[in-house]
Amino acid sequence: MSTPPPAIELRDLTRRFGERAVLRGVSVTVAEGTTLAVLGANGAGKSTLLRILSTLLRPHAGEVSVLGEPLPRRGFAVRGSIGYLGHEPLLYRDLSGRENLHYHARLHRVSSTRVEELLAAVGMRHRADDPVRTLSQGMVQRLAVCRAVLHQPRLLLLDEPRANLDPGAAAIVAPLIGREAGVTRVLTSHDPAGALTEADTVLGLRDGRCEFVTEPGQVSPTALEGLYR
Amino acid sequence: MRTVLTVLRKDLLLELRTFETLPAMILFSVSTFVVFHFALDQSTIAGQLAAGVLTATLLFAGLLGVNRLFVAEREQGGFDGFLLAPVDRSALLVAKAAALFIFLVVLEVVALPAFALLLLGPSLGPPLGGVVVLLVLADLALAVIGTLVSAIAIRTRARDLIGPIIALPLLIPALIATAEGAGPLLAVHGHTFPEGRWLLILALYDLVFALLAYAVFDFLLED
Repeated sequence: MSTPPPAIELRDLTRRFGERAVLRGVSVTVAEGTTLAVLGANGAGKSTLLRILSTLLRPHAGEVSVLGEPLPRRGFAVRGSIGYLGHEPLLYRDLSGRENLHYHARLHRVSSTRVEELLAAVGMRHRADDPVRTLSQGMVQRLAVCRAVLHQPRLLLLDEPRANLDPGAAAIVAPLIGREAGVTRVLTSHDPAGALTEADTVLGLRDGRCEFVTEPGQVSPTALEGLYR
Repeated sequence: MRTVLTVLRKDLLLELRTFETLPAMILFSVSTFVVFHFALDQSTIAGQLAAGVLTATLLFAGLLGVNRLFVAEREQGGFDGFLLAPVDRSALLVAKAAALFIFLVVLEVVALPAFALLLLGPSLGPPLGGVVVLLVLADLALAVIGTLVSAIAIRTRARDLIGPIIALPLLIPALIATAEGAGPLLAVHGHTFPEGRWLLILALYDLVFALLAYAVFDFLLED
């Protein structure tokens, strides 16, 4: 019986901004349906890695394969299967949450029913017609979660997904972006302990270099400390 | 087409919510007519002078719209939101050009009567059809070139400066054709329809830049 191809495969991935290399020779493989936690200090290259996987940035060297498709050449083939939750909610401030989600639903050819389902799921129906600029950061983040999972992606790229969420709100969105979602996930977090409990594989980045790729149980406190020193 | 309509609808809705672009364009054009009214020290103008004043004013008012075209995409993550969707990226070009074209038409619905009232000597009634045809072709040029330039400028720090600096030289041929075509229409006992060659020049200009914009727009969206 043949094994399914990995959801993500990186080989010597390098990305520069001007002269500065933000990612240098990063290699990692993520199996379908599992979670990769990317840990590292500010500026380690976590967000850049997620943006490359989402097809928003091009790699400058190395090989990137997402859901079996090489990037950036076949980016168009996987865009509809990727859900990306970054630092910005990607919502228009002067439109309501409902209008924003309907806009993204039309772009992804998703029915309006799905929008209403998600608004109910994150407890935002009562504020769905208010302009996004009038909502709290936590509410905006809940809407951003809805936007990211609107099209039921096979791969979730989550850049500090629980930022701005209180424990109650974090629990509300867990079925959509947590392990319960049952899809492949790549997540970054400034809470290493929390990320380790969610992950099947951990990638430690320091100054754009891969420090370790291992199972959560194998990550020593010294290795963790080394990432943030 | 569905994607174009989706983005266009969103842009028009955003403008209705914020009124950030159209009122500025309209106010600018009407104020400029008032300024010309006093600066030229003439109660009325006609012919080539009137055509020049009208065309230049509409062009500069249009540039205000060009500068704001991609601001929400840049500042509120609209580019990323669009690029993450499995859609043809050229749809963004078409939708933005269509939005700018609509803004320009609305601008002219207000500015043209204001121009006739404040500055124009001869009646605008007889040549109105010809003026509208000329302005529609000029609007297409401004919409296509403006969208292209705005997509370039929005990624620079000095976008408010870069937009007009790139757009104005590119728009000079369209400006000349529009002003030359409108001159005889706005003259005392003038023509009722512009000369065919000016319409042809404008139409060809629109076509060439539409094809050029379509060819390069994808690359402008790449990181």
